Amino acid sequence: METFIFLVAGAICLVGALGVVLSKNPVHSALSLVATLFGIAVLFVAQEANFLAAVQVIVYAGAIVVLFLFVIMLLGVDQSEDLDVEPIVGQRSAAFFVGIAIFFLPVIALASTAWEATGMEGNLGRLSDGGPDIEALGEVVFTRYLLAFEVTSILLVIAVVGAVLLAKKSRVSEELEIEGLYEPAVAEPSEPESDDAEADA
Amino acid sequence: MYALDPLYLDGVGLAEVLITVGKVLITFVVLLVSVIFMVWFERKVISDMQNRIGPNRAGPFGLLQTLADGMKLIFKEDLIPGRARRFVFLLAPYLSVIPAFLIFAIVPLGGTFHADDPGIVTIAGHQTYTQLADPPIGILFILAVSSIAVYGVMLAGWSSGSKYPLLGSVRATAQMVSYEAAMGISVAALVLTTGGLSTRSMVEIQASEGFSGIIPNWNVIVTGFVPFVIFFIAALAEMNRPPFDLLEAEQELVGGFHTEYSSIRFGMFFVAEFMHPITMSGVIVTLWFGGPSGPQWFGPVSGIVWLLAKMFVFLYIFVLIRGTLPRFRYDQLMDLGWKILIPLSLAWLLLLAAINVGRDAGWNLGLTIFVSFVVIGGTCFAILTRAQEVSRQRRELGEVEV
Repeated sequence: METFIFLVAGAICLVGALGVVLSKNPVHSALSLVATLFGIAVLFVAQEANFLAAVQVIVYAGAIVVLFLFVIMLLGVDQSEDLDVEPIVGQRSAAFFVGIAIFFLPVIALASTAWEATGMEGNLGRLSDGGPDIEALGEVVFTRYLLAFEVTSILLVIAVVGAVLLAKKSRVSEELEIEGLYEPAVAEPSEPESDDAEADA
Repeated sequence: MYALDPLYLDGVGLAEVLITVGKVLITFVVLLVSVIFMVWFERKVISDMQNRIGPNRAGPFGLLQTLADGMKLIFKEDLIPGRARRFVFLLAPYLSVIPAFLIFAIVPLGGTFHADDPGIVTIAGHQTYTQLADPPIGILFILAVSSIAVYGVMLAGWSSGSKYPLLGSVRATAQMVSYEAAMGISVAALVLTTGGLSTRSMVEIQASEGFSGIIPNWNVIVTGFVPFVIFFIAALAEMNRPPFDLLEAEQELVGGFHTEYSSIRFGMFFVAEFMHPITMSGVIVTLWFGGPSGPQWFGPVSGIVWLLAKMFVFLYIFVLIRGTLPRFRYDQLMDLGWKILIPLSLAWLLLLAAINVGRDAGWNLGLTIFVSFVVIGGTCFAILTRAQEVSRQRRELGEVEV
C-alpha cells in the first residue's frame, strides 16, 4: 500500500516538477508547482507527518504560490517568454552540469552505504510513540530546538520589516499621497495598478 | 484525546472500504440536496425582507425553483471565449466546487457525545465515527482547504481573458489571503484553549459539563467571544458573501470572476457559492458551539437535530446579513482585515496564553486576567495612538507638498 502511494505521489511530483521547468506560460509553471507541492504533502501523510503535510498545503500551496500567481497576473507577464536570449552568459551550461552533479550526490552517498540513508529511526517517530506527530513536534521545538526556532522567527520578522521598509520607500518617492503608517508585508494592490496589468495583458 | 476511527482498527477489508464509500456518498448527496434548499431559503427570506413574494411557481412554495434553474443551466450553450486560456478555463470551476465539498468531511454529524451516545454509529456490525474523516490535523485541514479555494476564483478570472473577471479575481485573492491570517490566528486561540486539533476531540470537550450546569462548555464562551467574532467575520470574507462580495460587485464588475462562464460551468460556481454557507455554518457550529452535542431530548437522533438547529441559526444569520448590510469599499475591507482583525486576534491570543500560563502556575485567575489585560491593552493602545499620530503627521506633510 505504501509503495503504491509513493509511486502515485512520486509520479505527481515528477510530472509537476517537469511542468514547472518545461511549460512556456508562467501561470502553467506555477500550477505545476502546486501539483508538486501536493504530491510532497501526500508523501508526508504517507510518512505520518500530518502536521508537515498540512503546513505544506497552507503555506506553500495556499500562500506562496498564490502570491506568485498574483504577481504574474498583476504584472501581466503571463505570456510565453523569449527563451533565445540568455540573461547571463554561460548560465545554462553551468546549470546543466551543476544539476547533474547535484543529482549524483545523493545517489553516490546512498550507494556507498548499501542504499540505506542513515539506518537511524526518525527523531520525531521515536518521540511520538505512534501518537499525533504535532504534540511531539511542539514539545521538541519548544524545548530542545528552542534556540533554532527563535532564531528562525527573528529571521522572519526581519524579512517582514525589510519588506515593509522597501514598500514604504518606493511609495514615498513615487507618489506624494501617503495614506498611513501600517502597510502590511503582503502589499495589497491598489486598483490603478491592476488596471495597468490588465492593459498589458 | 485523539484516537483513530474504530472502523480502521482491525485492518481494512472490503466491508470497511464499502462503508467509507457509503459515508462519502451520503455526505456528498446530502450536501448537494441541501444546496438546492439553501438557494430557495435565501431567495425566500430576502424576498420577504423586500416585500416581494419570491419564487412561488415551481412546486409547493416554489421549492423546486432551484431544480428548474439547474435544468435550465445544464441545457444552456456552453461558451468558451476566444481569448480564454482553454485548459485553465475548464479547470477553474472544479477547483472552486471541490474545496466547498471537502470541508464538510470533518464535521461530526451526529451523537450528543454523552457517555451513552459518543458519536459512534454501528453499520453492519462495524463501529464508525459519525463524521467522514477525523484527521489528526483537524482544524488545519479546514485552513488548508479554504486556502486552496482561492485558486478556483483566481484562475477563473485570469483565464477568462477579459477585463472584469481579472479585476474581480485580483480583488478576491487579496481579500481571501488577508482574511485567512485573521482566521488562522483566531483558530490558534481556539487550539490554545482546547489543547487539540481534531474536530472530534473539540466536540467532546465542548459536550462536557459547563459552568454551574446550565451554561454549556462551548468554545465561544470559553475563549471569550472575541475569537469567534473574528472567525465569523473572516469566514464571511472567505466565503465572499456580502458585505464582502467585492469580487462580484455587479455594479462595477458585471458578474465578477465568473462573467465569462455559462451553462453548467457557471452552475458549478453557483453551487460552490451556496455550499459555502452550509459548510461554514457546520464548521462554526463544530468549532465554537459544541457541534451535535446537547440534551438528549429526541432519543437517538438528538445529535443531528441539535446540529441542524444550530446550523440553521447561522444560515439564517448569513441570509440576514446579505439582505441588510451594504458592501464594503475596497480600502475599508483591507483596513478592517489588517488594522483591526489581525491585531485584535493577536492581542486576544496573548491574553488567552497568559491565562493558560497563570492557571498552570496557580496564580490568582482574576489578577492574571487583570494584569494581562492592562499590559496587552496598554501596549496596543500605545502603538495605535503612535501609529495614528505618525499617519496624521505624514498626511499633513503630504498636503503641504501637494
